[in-house]
Amino acid sequence: MSSMNSSPLSPGRLTVHRVLLWGALLVFAAWFLSPLYVMLVTSLKDMNQVRDGSLLSLPTAPTFDSWSKAWSSACTGIECGGLKPYFMNSVMMVVPAVLCSTAIGSINGYVLSKWRFRGSEFMFALLLFGVFMPMQVVLLPMSQILGTLGLASSIWGLILVHVIAGIPSTTLFFRNYYVGLPDELVRAAQLDGASFWQIFWRIVLPLSTPIMVVTLIWQFTNIWNDFLYGVVFSGADSKPITVGLNNLANTSSTVKEYNVDMAAALIAAAPTLFVYVIAGKYFVRGLTAGAVKG
Amino acid sequence: MGALNIANVRKAYGPVEILKGIDIEIDAGEFLILVGPSGCGKSTLLSMIAGLDVPTSGSIHIGERDVTYLPPKDRDIAMVFQSYALYPNMNVAQNIAFGLEMRKVPKAERDAAVQRVAKMLQIERLLDRKPGQLSGGQRQRVAMGRALARDPKLFLFDEPLSNLDAKLRVEMRAEIKLLHQRTKVTTVYVTHDQVEAMTLGDRIAVMKEGVVQQFATPDDIYARPATKFVAEFIGSPAMNMLTVQRHGSAVSVRGIDLPVTDEQQVALARATCAEVIYGLRPEALSFADSGLPGSLKMIEPTGPETYATVETGVGDLTVRVPGYLRSHVGDAVHLQWKPSDSHLFDATTEMRLA
Repeated sequence: MSSMNSSPLSPGRLTVHRVLLWGALLVFAAWFLSPLYVMLVTSLKDMNQVRDGSLLSLPTAPTFDSWSKAWSSACTGIECGGLKPYFMNSVMMVVPAVLCSTAIGSINGYVLSKWRFRGSEFMFALLLFGVFMPMQVVLLPMSQILGTLGLASSIWGLILVHVIAGIPSTTLFFRNYYVGLPDELVRAAQLDGASFWQIFWRIVLPLSTPIMVVTLIWQFTNIWNDFLYGVVFSGADSKPITVGLNNLANTSSTVKEYNVDMAAALIAAAPTLFVYVIAGKYFVRGLTAGAVKG
Repeated sequence: MGALNIANVRKAYGPVEILKGIDIEIDAGEFLILVGPSGCGKSTLLSMIAGLDVPTSGSIHIGERDVTYLPPKDRDIAMVFQSYALYPNMNVAQNIAFGLEMRKVPKAERDAAVQRVAKMLQIERLLDRKPGQLSGGQRQRVAMGRALARDPKLFLFDEPLSNLDAKLRVEMRAEIKLLHQRTKVTTVYVTHDQVEAMTLGDRIAVMKEGVVQQFATPDDIYARPATKFVAEFIGSPAMNMLTVQRHGSAVSVRGIDLPVTDEQQVALARATCAEVIYGLRPEALSFADSGLPGSLKMIEPTGPETYATVETGVGDLTVRVPGYLRSHVGDAVHLQWKPSDSHLFDATTEMRLA
């Protein structure tokens, strides 16, 4: 029996402990959220107030003018159509690329964990290599391949690049998750007369929700935020939002419109933020689920 | 040809031989037990009967059909797994009907089969539940239901009771036995538990290191174990084993002659080994006023019977007596047994002499 004073759960210590903890957490939260705050308030200010230079002040007359300018009329180089066409390009790229890379990853993971064959572990090791390979390495060979396929400078080329670049990590995610599913489930289904695809659709896939969500978020974030492939492999009318944002911020006329830049940056970041907010809890749950199950 | 015929089945993974030529044949409706310690190859053999693995050589027939290389779904078999392997995303009714659905049985027939099986196993109330909401015993029942729904030619069980607690295990064991008596489906049942083997089996194959040591009825296995391993493996407490010297047709240890029958004398006279293993089941021994002298070393009462360890001139012997033993540790006792209750094994080959 320890005395009341020395116990970490005694009321006095608890309060001090809690205050310190909360204090530290609040300081960190403020620190990390401050850029977002500056972006948000700056995007709502007009240029007069921006020129005043007080970064942290609230907008005196909040206005969405810079948001609408960033969306539809800001200049990105010689064109002045705002971010809208780039945003649409990104959507057209990200949806099929995320769906394809996730689908292929789950099938690969299913095969590599439940239908092992001679050399499957070696295949998996090679795929792992792809996870750690720097993106820059593939730029030149990939552009040659896209040229050969006639997909250079098109949305389809970008989609292909992102699907291929995503397969190693999606395969890794699904494979490691499926290793945790009992092999006996697959054997039982085989005895029940189910085929390779029936087992996948009827048993494995319905059990994949957590890892599916994790992979979808992961791929969406990576592909939406990618700049390198976007700037290298896109053509004049297939540039994604990251390239658009870069062009917008680098195009200056007489005056640097920080409020428009901030609004544009927020527009570019909005989809990933949105995905995290609606599916973030699955993300944390999914990342840890495999670890607990073993 | 019988309902299941396994002929000279071998399995090797690289240089490691898991099964070294297995021959087993059973008739329709029989309950075959594959029993042995872990690593003896019994589960590998079951996988081959199921079609989840193929033998390196040899053949497996179910009925008249050679199924050695057929995929599992074409073998008309059903299996209950150790972990039950219920599909967690489906409810009990869907689990039971899944095999029929995969075989394109119409919905109405599937529903009828689910009802029939649920009634037989008394799981009607559970049909809408997911496996996660069931207890161990209920899962076990659903797993059997799933296997029963298809009316298979052959029923396979892979250590189905080893995940249950002791009490439930006894209950489910009885249920499996009743189920088999009612359905008369030919069954292959893998276990490492000798009690399950003895209580359930019509025929038992005792396996060790990829070899069938003995394939016989439970009575035979118990009364006439073919090897020292079988004698030790079946029966609890285990058979007392004494290593003794052979002098022609007689045996002795530390100067004490042990009794043998006429038949055993003939076998001993023909034997070539210098040493013999003399086996006595604990229940073959009894306390008497005369006989082999010794002193009580330990007493283990279980209620209906008592196990006593007796220190004698030939070594420690375990004695099994009914009821309660009114003696104390250290008491001087005498042990008696009928010569015909002893088992003799060649000490070198460990094969039965008589």
